[in-house]
Amino acid sequence: MNPRLHPEDFGENPWDPLPALPGHTSRGRLERVLRRGEFAVTAELNPPDSALAEDVYKRAAVFEGWVDAINATDGSGANCHMSSIAICALLTRIGFSPVLQISCRDTNRIGIQGNVLGASALGVNNVLCLTGDGVQSGDHPEAKPVFDLDSTSLLATIRRMRDEAKFLSGRKITTPPPVFMGAAENPFAPPYDFRPLRLAKKVRAGAQFIQTQYCFDVPLLERFMARVRDMELEKHCFILVGVGPLASAKTARWMRSNVAGVHIPDAIIERLEKAKDQKAEGKRICVEIIQQVREIAGVAGVHVMAYRQEEYVAEMVHESGVLKGRQPWRRDLTRPGFDLDQRLTENLARAGEG
Amino acid sequence: MLRVPAAFEPPGKPPRPRDRFALRFWSIRHAGGLARFYAAFERALVAAAPLAARLGWTRLERPVAAVERTVKGALFDCRMCGQCVLSSTGMSCPMNCPKNLRNGPCGGVRGDGNCEVYPEMPCVWVKAWEGSRLMAEGDRIGDVQPPIDHRLKGRSSWLAVAQEKSGTGGAA
Ligand code: SF4
Repeated sequence: MNPRLHPEDFGENPWDPLPALPGHTSRGRLERVLRRGEFAVTAELNPPDSALAEDVYKRAAVFEGWVDAINATDGSGANCHMSSIAICALLTRIGFSPVLQISCRDTNRIGIQGNVLGASALGVNNVLCLTGDGVQSGDHPEAKPVFDLDSTSLLATIRRMRDEAKFLSGRKITTPPPVFMGAAENPFAPPYDFRPLRLAKKVRAGAQFIQTQYCFDVPLLERFMARVRDMELEKHCFILVGVGPLASAKTARWMRSNVAGVHIPDAIIERLEKAKDQKAEGKRICVEIIQQVREIAGVAGVHVMAYRQEEYVAEMVHESGVLKGRQPWRRDLTRPGFDLDQRLTENLARAGEG
Repeated sequence: MLRVPAAFEPPGKPPRPRDRFALRFWSIRHAGGLARFYAAFERALVAAAPLAARLGWTRLERPVAAVERTVKGALFDCRMCGQCVLSSTGMSCPMNCPKNLRNGPCGGVRGDGNCEVYPEMPCVWVKAWEGSRLMAEGDRIGDVQPPIDHRLKGRSSWLAVAQEKSGTGGAA
């Protein structure tokens, strides 16, 4: 096995749950890496609009060796794509550690709780509880928004399932889902003073890790984190800061006015505009932000959201140096009996032709 | 501007025009006084509970709910969810949030503090935070609220509180 790999992060087969460790609620790699104090890297997968498993494998392959877990978005921006639960199940088959995103917009408490049990049975160790974007911003504005739970009560619901082995109704669950629970926070949206308190609320409801909205304004994040440290919240949850490359000044402007909750300072847009190669500059800004964010006390990792630029994630993570030579899971082609890889390689080749 | 009715709004009821927010925002600006008034009102309700029990909770439900709808409708744009949390939300009714969030704002709040869904409406939770800072027990905004019980929609939360706090049980 590769010497840079921590063998304890990987079971006999990478898709099998790891042995349970004391103090851990899940048997997944993300929780292990974070609890060991490593700077974690997660990334977001662009979900396909297709019914082909290979499309998922192909999109995940670019992250291999560079991320600790992959988020499968759940109709982000209220747009319809392959479901998060299906993507997560597919990712576990090829050994990746997925994060199941659950949005309260599309399903009520009955559907959500059923999905959590199902996902856990399929080997999904991490869940991220989200409210979800309003339907008006997506491709089905005529849809009925559900919002039966909100992200905080969703956290409390899943924690009850996991720790008390009970549904919200009080009915018993025979085998509870051993998941690592996450939530989102946006330090870059008002009411700024309330944001740390809201984080505290989510932690009290059960959040163990946090993935933030895109960070393009480091001073604003620093202020937020100072308050978080005052409240000692970073001791109770792992905070992963959302980062991502901007393809151009035009995209940045578009995102700022059309994507809910994204805050991009003028200085960043100006810097992109002045650059000869805007795309390269966007990546450089992202690398710089990763490096600045790493220095902030209480930040446990980064969550890279490189929508339609997923192929640059490896390069940016490498350049930022945050992994310090650590290698998150990648397929070990030299291991005997690893024929799934063979199949995947073939599948990828086929998907590449098509 | 695309307008989408809030999830809790009865079908066909249009989103409120701007001037309708006026009284709601007055209530939030006076959250401190209203909270004191509400506390006194709650004590009166609890004191009246034995009388209500004699009259029969069920019989009172409709008239009391009608009064509550009128009064709180005017002051807070109340949607009669039946489990009022105004005292934990700075007197800003969370059911006016198009996502019905009862635990705080979503991540989509605009830079100017307005709603992601209705760009012309200030976020209910930005207002809730302002209101809560004016209340003696404003830190209750940090309480984790349980999921809503949709069966209680349309019921009087005043009667529910009176029943619960006085210990005079029985379904309303
Ligand atoms: S009863 Fe429900 S809908 Fe009415 S003001 Fe209170 S929280 Fe809002």
